[in-house]
Amino acid sequence: MAPEQIKNVILDILTDIAPDEDLTDLKDEVNFRDQLELDSMDFLDIVMELRKRYKVNVPEQDYPELASMFSTVNYLTPKMVDCVAS
Amino acid sequence: MSDNQPYDTIIIGAGMSGLAAGIRLAHYDQRVCILERHYTIGGLNSFYRVNGRNYDVGLHAVTNFTQKGTKKGPLARILRQLRFKYDDFALAPQKGSRIAFPDHELRFSNELDLLRSEVKKVFPGQVDNFEALVAKIADYDDLDQAAFEISGRQVLSDTISDPLLIEMILCPLMWYGNAAEHDMAWGQFCIMFRSIFLEGFARPYKGVRLILKHLVKRFRGLGGELKLRKGVKTIHVENEQAVCVELDNGEQLTGKRILSSAGRLETMRMCSDTSELDPRLAGQLTFIESISVLDREPSSIGNDDTIVFYNDSEKFHWERPADELCDTRTGVVCSPNNYVYADEEGQLADGVVRITTIADYDRWAGLSEEEYQREKLRWYDRSVAASVKYTPDFRPYVIDTDLFTPTTINRFTWHDNGAVYGSPDKVLDGRTHLNNLFLCGTDQGFVGIIGAMMSGISMANMHCLRG
Ligand SMILES: Cc1cc2nc3c(=O)[nH]c(=O)nc-3n(C[C@H](O)[C@H](O)[C@H](O)COP(=O)(O)OP(=O)(O)OC[C@H]3O[C@@H](n4cnc5c(N)ncnc54)[C@H](O)[C@@H]3O)c2cc1C
Repeated sequence: MAPEQIKNVILDILTDIAPDEDLTDLKDEVNFRDQLELDSMDFLDIVMELRKRYKVNVPEQDYPELASMFSTVNYLTPKMVDCVAS
Repeated sequence: MSDNQPYDTIIIGAGMSGLAAGIRLAHYDQRVCILERHYTIGGLNSFYRVNGRNYDVGLHAVTNFTQKGTKKGPLARILRQLRFKYDDFALAPQKGSRIAFPDHELRFSNELDLLRSEVKKVFPGQVDNFEALVAKIADYDDLDQAAFEISGRQVLSDTISDPLLIEMILCPLMWYGNAAEHDMAWGQFCIMFRSIFLEGFARPYKGVRLILKHLVKRFRGLGGELKLRKGVKTIHVENEQAVCVELDNGEQLTGKRILSSAGRLETMRMCSDTSELDPRLAGQLTFIESISVLDREPSSIGNDDTIVFYNDSEKFHWERPADELCDTRTGVVCSPNNYVYADEEGQLADGVVRITTIADYDRWAGLSEEEYQREKLRWYDRSVAASVKYTPDFRPYVIDTDLFTPTTINRFTWHDNGAVYGSPDKVLDGRTHLNNLFLCGTDQGFVGIIGAMMSGISMANMHCLRG
């Protein structure tokens, strides 16, 4: 999966977790936490959705990598090369 | 056994907490089964139909109400965790509520500023102290078990110097979520203060059935199994592990882990390895609920309050009745018509006033059938008579009544003593003596509709979804 597709996957997950949230102005470099007020339960959900949908495992020590869209996509790109977009 | 494959998780109880936990687990593809002894869902917050009318068991107010778009707080969190839209619960906000003591009253609404201005008006010398209390509550950290346990009354008397204001603040908070008599843990106090004064009250026009309908539909849609009339009789334990559950009908089901919302003592009693149970763990606080259907809306007789918490003296008595079936010194008046329902929904079909009064389980359970029927009538009259000192007298307009008692609550939820807020001793981490049996719901620590759902979600996340 290419970085642009991974970004869409994350957007899809965020829409699923927070359906009332407007994601159109989401900035790639700014922390999710500062833009969306996600709490630790929501972060865990991003991890679990990745596991559920693409069997990608994010170990607990790597959670900080999921801070912003930019860092998340960077981190996931090597892990998701073989994943197929659904 | 119908199927040899064990469930990933077996959940005991289809109340708010069990259903919310079930949704989380089924969403993450677990094979999950909810076992419920009653023939319907909802537990302490179910619904029923008598004489052609729909009644809610427990719903006065959904607490923790925040406006659409609010991202913080338990309501927003639950919606995200369960993947619901804000509008799914169709919450209509309250009109306004009151704490009524002799010669003193404090009004409050979903805006803290109303309570602030009331404190200023009624207790002018306490304005700064009240703000200091609000600041302490803002600082309280939910996860700090040591801070949770300290005495709420102690913190209050260190902060507020007028004892009457302390009693008036405690009254609604204890009524809506305190399992212990007399005092309230500081952590529980903060949770309830936030849920009532900093957030607020709301109600779906269709009552609790709307919320339950969404929960069960979602759970089933995700492939979860819900089995009604399937009570768990025994949790079989081998080598310090729960290996299977045996149902009332003898059937056995195996699960890798069990999450129980039946209550702490009630769950321990099911375990095949427990011999001695500590009776002090049983909750003692339970209620009667006197429901009156009126031939008109409450507002037409001058009642515009959503909820009134009343108490007949300067000291608030939160305890099991000393020598009678009920104690009418304090109570709650709920008028479900007094919510701001959406225009397209209009007003409820009937005018309704619900009165909650503290009751004693043992005395109610000890009555013969004939005495029971007589006492129900007597205590309907007495509880209503006590309440109309604090709300316009609605008795001339009553066209139908219903009353349920602690024994009713026990009969349909199997909670010891019909205790509404469960054991006074909460298990915040949900752990038990077995490493694959966990508690959720009332006895884990979060009570109320929103609290119970939050409990189910967090226990499912913590114990059933990790690893
Ligand atoms: C009169 C009254 C008024 C209330 N008013 C409000 C209100 O206005 N606002 C609010 O937020 N909250 C209110 N509450 C409190 C709220 O209803 C509860 O805190 C909440 O519903 C508890 O949910 P739970 O899942 O923890 O427990 P429960 O709802 O008790 O769920 C436990 C379930 O387990 C089942 N069960 C028990 N034993 C077994 C067994 N052995 N096998 C299988 N199943 C079993 C029970 O039948 C039950 O369905 C009120 C409660 C009452 C009784």
